Amino acid sequence: MANATTTLEAIDLTTPVTRPPGPGVVYEWLTTVDHKKIGLMYIVYALLFLVVGGVQALIMRIQLAVPNNHFVSPQVFNQSFTMHGTTMIFFVAVPVLFGFGNYLIPLMIGARDMAFPRLNAFSFWLSAFGGFLLYLSYFAASGLYGAGSAPDVGWFAYAPLTAKVFSPGHSTDYWTLAVLMSGIGTTGTAINIVATTICMRCKGMTLTRMPLLVWLYLVTSCMVFVAVSPLTAAQIMLCLDRYIGSHFFDTQAGGSAVLWMHFFWIFGHPEVYILILPSFAFINEIVPVFSRKAIFGYPAMVAASVGIGFISLSVWAHHMFTVGMGPAGNTFFVFATMVISVPTGIKMFNWLATIWGGKVIYRVPMLFAVGFLFQFLIAGLTGITLSVAPFDWQLSASYFVVAHFHYVIVGGILFALFAAFYYWYPKMTGRMMNERLGKWHFWLFVIGFHVTFDFMHIPGLLGMPRRVYTYEAGRGWEIWNLLVGIGAIIQGIATLIFVYNLIHSYFRGKEAGPDPWDAWTLEWATLSPPPSYNFAIEPTITSRRPLWDLKHPEDPDSSYE
Amino acid sequence: MQTSSTIPVSADSGEPWVLPHRGIVGMWCLIAAESAIFLIFVVAYIFYLGKNLSGPLPSQVLELPIVGTICLLSSSFTVHAAVTALRKGNVRRCTLALALTILLGAAFLLTTAKEWHYLIYEAGLTIQTNLFGTTYYSLVGLHATHVVVGLLLLIAAFLFSLSGRVTEAHADRLEVLSLYWHFVDAIWVVVFLVVYVIGR
Repeated sequence: MANATTTLEAIDLTTPVTRPPGPGVVYEWLTTVDHKKIGLMYIVYALLFLVVGGVQALIMRIQLAVPNNHFVSPQVFNQSFTMHGTTMIFFVAVPVLFGFGNYLIPLMIGARDMAFPRLNAFSFWLSAFGGFLLYLSYFAASGLYGAGSAPDVGWFAYAPLTAKVFSPGHSTDYWTLAVLMSGIGTTGTAINIVATTICMRCKGMTLTRMPLLVWLYLVTSCMVFVAVSPLTAAQIMLCLDRYIGSHFFDTQAGGSAVLWMHFFWIFGHPEVYILILPSFAFINEIVPVFSRKAIFGYPAMVAASVGIGFISLSVWAHHMFTVGMGPAGNTFFVFATMVISVPTGIKMFNWLATIWGGKVIYRVPMLFAVGFLFQFLIAGLTGITLSVAPFDWQLSASYFVVAHFHYVIVGGILFALFAAFYYWYPKMTGRMMNERLGKWHFWLFVIGFHVTFDFMHIPGLLGMPRRVYTYEAGRGWEIWNLLVGIGAIIQGIATLIFVYNLIHSYFRGKEAGPDPWDAWTLEWATLSPPPSYNFAIEPTITSRRPLWDLKHPEDPDSSYE
Repeated sequence: MQTSSTIPVSADSGEPWVLPHRGIVGMWCLIAAESAIFLIFVVAYIFYLGKNLSGPLPSQVLELPIVGTICLLSSSFTVHAAVTALRKGNVRRCTLALALTILLGAAFLLTTAKEWHYLIYEAGLTIQTNLFGTTYYSLVGLHATHVVVGLLLLIAAFLFSLSGRVTEAHADRLEVLSLYWHFVDAIWVVVFLVVYVIGR
């Protein structure tokens, strides 16, 4: 090939960063514009909310474990499912994924920071204060009805329940303002990611040589512009309705409750893909490294990701089959929803083909990645069954739906995230995570996950609606709900092991060195943790796997691409 | 323990490596996101056309805002002239064009203010009156908010160039601002068509 040049190396003589003690650290972190520090703050912040949202889930599962239970009051139960959903989507999944993006993208493209460092900090703090605002409602959303009360309108807050008449007090205002703030923060970060990937790539990093992780974040961020903005608009409308008496969703004055559903799901379904594409991104990086092979079908992977991005914008109303959209609308959304499984299937086969014939090393990141592949497949299959409108009419708003989307979010996104934690923790902290604790975490979580979410499908098929506070004995739901509760507790224990591992390894973990996994992308070329300027010398690359070229000058990738 | 790492660098440095200006890419992204917000408000406007339970109706109270539209659309040309002048290093002409843009933008806001004053105090239409009021004030108000933001930025640029801090090197940055201003104008074309032509 014409561009096949030998890759040389430059020794980075930066001394490793010593861990600074003292109160100055707090000031440094509060005022930082360093993409790595902001990324870490995103991740830590999301982990805190993960624990909070997990506790809410446990409260609900204990309440539902046996029939006629009164572990918590109905009010607390309604608040729990609302806060659990809102927290997990807006204040766990989005920030943790953008945290990893923030941390990794500049390192992977050989840049020294994001395109707009101050916008980056601004977006982070907007999102962070959104979360704090949401939780302030527990103490401060008094209004007319006594002491603090958290939002209790469900995470998609259907109209007209959110109207002033039906939701007096301020709890719904906290919900809408918190989500609005986090949405604006998300958009800011997305702008930053797109500008960074387009304008900050190091020399030789053409779009076709970009790591797949960066490609997928680029697609995700473009989706944020068209998917999160409708939510922002809808929240502005809801604010106007609640504060100055406009009638967007006021059915008494001719407003439409269905319009809110459309606006919410125009955001809501692409959002699922906004969350899953970064998870795909992690798997794209981890599977090749632990299979000791280059990724199979790089161009197909990119095309499939872009395809998912486009198609995901036309599937939203499969959340609304029970509204009665008529045959034409139903048919379109059934078709679109089925079509989106095609690019997803392409990805699945590419990952399998990458593993096929590789020397697979089952370290903890790879274990979670394999768990992801298996579980995401099942989640996709129940998704296809739900895309069939008549089947959905039967099961919409049942526990079958709850089981399906938790299979996607926990079995898919969370497993990919855990893989990412074990894989990049050494880069972020300079220490390896404990392998033994990691394996305990993996196996306990896999068992807990399957006990909870495999069995959760069954009460749904038996007719158990979602969001019910309690149920009568004798409907055949008891044993399943009990099992689901037990599984939830096992997952809780596994998560505690994970959190312990994170803290323990920070102090006691083995020194990682710059490249503990013998990986190929640029972030492993610098120190662990990287200095604030990332690279002492600006790298130049000639292929998709610059570190492979460096380690194998006799057989560089650049002669094949 | 390894204290150093190796960074790949290439031997030849032949062809130049040029990437787009980050401000312009960032502004295009912002425009995409803002367009989606406006799209939702426009959809709501069209969805609620003719669904009012009470008056006043658009056909009874809305007049075509010809003067304001001419002012706003011509300000796109003046802001473009400002960028072109700065690219050629003509700071004086740039300052003048910026001032003209600000005046035209302010004139547009003034016509909107007059229209709203008429609607509120004489036609009796507020955001609470009916669905037309709800969608009209929110859509036109959202656009006017963007005009205000654009004006503030233009005023900042104007003051900087008055104080002599703007040079040819800032042409790219001024272009970012002009992109935003063109976007605000383009949105007005949509709002004009939806509210005053189709919706009346």
